[in-house]
Amino acid sequence: MPQTPLLIGCASGFSGDRTDGAADVVRTLAAQGGGTLIFETLAERTLALAQLARNDDPNRGYEPLLDELVSPVLADCLRHGISIVSNFGAANPEAAARRIAAIAREQGLPMPRIAVVHGDALNTPEQRALLQDRLGAGLAGQDVVSATAYLGATEIAEALSAGAQIVVAGRVADPSLTLGPAMAHFGWDAADWPRLGRATMAGHMLECGLQVTGGYFCVPGLKDVPDVHAAGFPIAEIDADGEFVIGKAANTGGAVDARTVKEQLLYEVHDPARYLTPDVVADLSQARVVELGGNRVAVHGVTGHARPAELKVNVCYRGGWLAEAEISYAGVQAEARARLAADIVQKRLGSAFTLRADLIGAISILGDDAGEIRRALPDSHARDVRLRLAGEHADRAQAERILREVNALYTCGPAGGGGVRTALRPRLNMLSCTIPRDAVQSGWKFLEEIAS
Amino acid sequence: MTRAPHLQNVPLYRLGHSRSGDKGNISNLSLIAWDPECYDVLTAQVTEARVADWFAYRHPTRVTRYLLPTLHAMNFVLEGVLDGGVNDALNLDTHGKSLSFRLLDLTVEVSAELAARLPDIPGDRPAAA
Repeated sequence: MPQTPLLIGCASGFSGDRTDGAADVVRTLAAQGGGTLIFETLAERTLALAQLARNDDPNRGYEPLLDELVSPVLADCLRHGISIVSNFGAANPEAAARRIAAIAREQGLPMPRIAVVHGDALNTPEQRALLQDRLGAGLAGQDVVSATAYLGATEIAEALSAGAQIVVAGRVADPSLTLGPAMAHFGWDAADWPRLGRATMAGHMLECGLQVTGGYFCVPGLKDVPDVHAAGFPIAEIDADGEFVIGKAANTGGAVDARTVKEQLLYEVHDPARYLTPDVVADLSQARVVELGGNRVAVHGVTGHARPAELKVNVCYRGGWLAEAEISYAGVQAEARARLAADIVQKRLGSAFTLRADLIGAISILGDDAGEIRRALPDSHARDVRLRLAGEHADRAQAERILREVNALYTCGPAGGGGVRTALRPRLNMLSCTIPRDAVQSGWKFLEEIAS
Repeated sequence: MTRAPHLQNVPLYRLGHSRSGDKGNISNLSLIAWDPECYDVLTAQVTEARVADWFAYRHPTRVTRYLLPTLHAMNFVLEGVLDGGVNDALNLDTHGKSLSFRLLDLTVEVSAELAARLPDIPGDRPAAA
């Protein structure tokens, strides 16, 4: 078992993150003898959007920014023995792998060994019947776009151990992108719950990119962060026991200190003693953090317990149309006019629609869909207010009525409304459940073994 | 209730920091004290009942507080507060990212001596309710 720490850097925290952070991470890893580069690009609904793209074009359906993420660093990763692991395969990991092979050819690089993880998509009649059984009436009659299980670290670890330099997955649990390389590197048993729990939390710290390096953390005057515009992406140093240190790419802005690490430790956690992943139940209830200086923080006290019996599944289905329209009011009685405009549109559309109204500049995102807090608050006499009205309908033409009614306020009043903007977009709704592990046939193959 | 003259109300953002996370229709809000002294104030006064009341207009079906004494932190799990969650809500902020800053406007009573040592944002007027 290697005694030197494994370095894992993360250069993307979601689909749509900055794409220029990987070079600094790769330079830092290379200077310390190599490691693994991961990109996390799959939020809950991203995969359904990718499936819609694949439906339109069988060669698409992977992360749209794949080229921007991989092209600038592929040569350096291969030269310095830095493996790349990502879920940027989304709804089409095989196509993503082929695209990476094409990038390698275009750049005149030796062809890397690329592994493709499969089995997350639940598309067989038996699997769909099982989901119908588990989700019941909520799924009945819905137009399902995608159904995917969260795979764990096993396939990633196996592929790396077999010599893969790049592993392309679709839906895997975010921390598994880190745990897989650590399992392969240290040869941990898949039931070594304490080590798996610790490395899983290392992955949890990495998976949202700048959320742990001061980016999302900063509040002027309360939590100031230096050079936050150029904050570096995070790097974890994981040892043979799974204990880890969080740092960031060298010569970058941002900060890693006890506070940034604590905020990310608890991000999206419910019971701290039971953080569920496909690989392990991680336990951070006794976690401690120690600042080591130089933007490095050690995390101690994390452990793990036996993995959950079943795998989590997300099912996305078409959910009608979301209509959003905005109009602005300024000056005397601006807030009163915005409130009146909201009432006018609601009265004209009638009870077939339940509109949400936001008074941007007075009360908006802290409000509630039903508008209770807006109605409870007295007019604050805000003098620069943007009214946003949002509603949904299964039928596109009906949803468009919301946009037309707001647009008509231009002449129908109240006075002085300007700057109408409208948007109509299809909705994707989601249901979650768990299914037995043996209902999922997951595995991996080298790209060259897949018949095209 | 009359307040002892040496006590004063301060918003939570003077005692610590917070971050929201979302899974489905559930929001979790961490509350992390600047130091052990602030942590003691938070554990005594920022109870499940007070947080449930502070977010009552979002109709939480359950509010659970988990303590993390080794981090001087606590974690609140608010179920049913995201108007359906990221794919279903009509809110602009479907993730509830802003809810951590709603929490930070909640006030607690601290000694004037402690208040004088806490960071502050002069001129800010936290939400009253």
